[in-house]
Amino acid sequence: MTDIQNPQAVVPVLTGSAPPASGPLAPVKVRRRRSPRQRSWSTMPTLLVITLVSAFPLYFMLVMASRPNDEISALPPPLTPGDQLDDNIRRVLASADVMFEQAVINSFIVSITATVCVVLSSCMAGFAFAKLRFKGRQGLMLAVIVTMMIPIQLGMVPLYMLMTRLGLAGTLPSVILPFIVSGFGVFFMRQFVVQTVPDEMLDAARLDGCSTWQVFWHIVLPVLRPAAAVLAVLTFMERWNDFMWPYLVLDIEHPTVQVALSRLSGGYYTDQALVMAGTLLGVVPLLVMFVVLGRQIVGGIMQGGMKS
Amino acid sequence: MSTATATGVRRGSGVRSWVDTHLAGYLLVSPYFVVFAIFGLFPIGFTFWVSLHDWSLLGEHTWVGPDNYTALFADPYFWNALVNTFGIFVVATVPQLLLALMIAQLLNRRLRARTFWRMGVLLPNVTSVAAVGIIFTLIFARDFGLANWLLGMVGIDPIGWQDHKWSSWLAISVMVDWRWTGYNALIFLAALQTVPQELYEAAEVDGASSRRQFWLITVPMLRPTIVFCTLISTIGGIQLFTEPLLFNSGANAISGGTTRQFQTLTMYLTEKAFTGQAFGYAATIAWVMFLIIALLGAINVLLLRLVRSA
Repeated sequence: MTDIQNPQAVVPVLTGSAPPASGPLAPVKVRRRRSPRQRSWSTMPTLLVITLVSAFPLYFMLVMASRPNDEISALPPPLTPGDQLDDNIRRVLASADVMFEQAVINSFIVSITATVCVVLSSCMAGFAFAKLRFKGRQGLMLAVIVTMMIPIQLGMVPLYMLMTRLGLAGTLPSVILPFIVSGFGVFFMRQFVVQTVPDEMLDAARLDGCSTWQVFWHIVLPVLRPAAAVLAVLTFMERWNDFMWPYLVLDIEHPTVQVALSRLSGGYYTDQALVMAGTLLGVVPLLVMFVVLGRQIVGGIMQGGMKS
Repeated sequence: MSTATATGVRRGSGVRSWVDTHLAGYLLVSPYFVVFAIFGLFPIGFTFWVSLHDWSLLGEHTWVGPDNYTALFADPYFWNALVNTFGIFVVATVPQLLLALMIAQLLNRRLRARTFWRMGVLLPNVTSVAAVGIIFTLIFARDFGLANWLLGMVGIDPIGWQDHKWSSWLAISVMVDWRWTGYNALIFLAALQTVPQELYEAAEVDGASSRRQFWLITVPMLRPTIVFCTLISTIGGIQLFTEPLLFNSGANAISGGTTRQFQTLTMYLTEKAFTGQAFGYAATIAWVMFLIIALLGAINVLLLRLVRSA
């Protein structure tokens, strides 16, 4: 799991050439008028097919989540929603051994805590890297970029030992702590500060006698709000969807949604309707977020999204 | 505060002011570095130390030197997992990046409802990897799955997708590609928007078809981004875990099929660590994976510099 995803911005750093001119959130806008001749008749139909392929598995999940089990294992497979959705969802929430309701609450706790920490620490470091002079600044920034590419999941054996030693293995803090900072976040916020916070603004505040922290808290942070919101959404989604580490470290009493799902589906005999209803419940919060904030999410990813 | 003059609110204490001018930068970046050092860097480094020991779950350990490495390189399950991991990686990544480039080119055309189409291709990426694994495992079910039903309509007998190497690799690749193609398309799109439109217009005037434009302009201009996306896909691909894990049900899901036909490196590592309780051996697998990733990363950076200077 690496969280670097911004070739445009990172490539120049790695190759030592000039940083890109475009600002965060900018490339989403069309810069040039495209030649009308590039409009070909096949564009729309092709995109429509691609979008349908994108959406179909989720639709299929809804179909299966709303059917009884005997209809799921029938040929041909059903392709329209049935009327058992309530019933299946009720059964998911009632199945005691999975603790689905608790899992949803846990996922919210984990994702929100990690997100708040990531956003705050990234704003702080991003501001420092963009606007403050201190020895070793450039070397440290390069270190951030390199650390973005380190697959820290591969350290899971010592990380597990560490969590055991701290007495946290199995509990929620064990999946929160390793992810309360993000190299990608630092990088993302630094770009934004460079492009949106003028030096004059900081100088003026300093003349008024503000300390660095006061400048950060009262002047810079409010300006960073739009980028911080994008970072927050991306981080929340990544934490909500995280699977491997929570699956390994959490115990039966502290599942997240994704871990609960794997337990639902993991048995020899699987109640597919139940699994699909659970999957639907686990996906819905992010889908709602996606529908409401889709434009910002797309913009954030084109700026340098995250990959798990 | 706003009415205070510059001299009026000067910080009284000289120490505080010294700290502010000399240490503020370090203090602001320190949370990132401290947390990363503890939960990121230390575990990776310590992995090497653990790999030189016989190390049990309880922490008892004895020094064995390079024995774990000798054992690993003679371990057929390790080689099997390595082949599976790279096999799935190639089957998944090559079509994925090509498709992503083509989608990016489509999205770069003049379009109505641009945000809608972009959200459309990104939708799968919002879906959790566990959900993807679960949904597609149902689609690829042998007896009542959608995939086999569709194949049946063109006269192909039902395939036990989990049963063979080729079919399991293919099914897992479909899951990976469904989740990541649109995402990479957006990354490529961002890069495409920096390509001067005049190039395309000139090609158009010269009568180049859009296929020729793709190979002669899009691909060369995006070379650095392509190399980079390949690197990122490599780092992710080598750690592939969830899709193959959920593709297999039952108590032995971690073994990736009855004859380990789709067990990946991370799955084998997990099996050793948490089922076999051989932390030392598991750490050896992790460290070898880390070296492979570092090596591929270095090659990619070199390639990038080459591409850049070309």
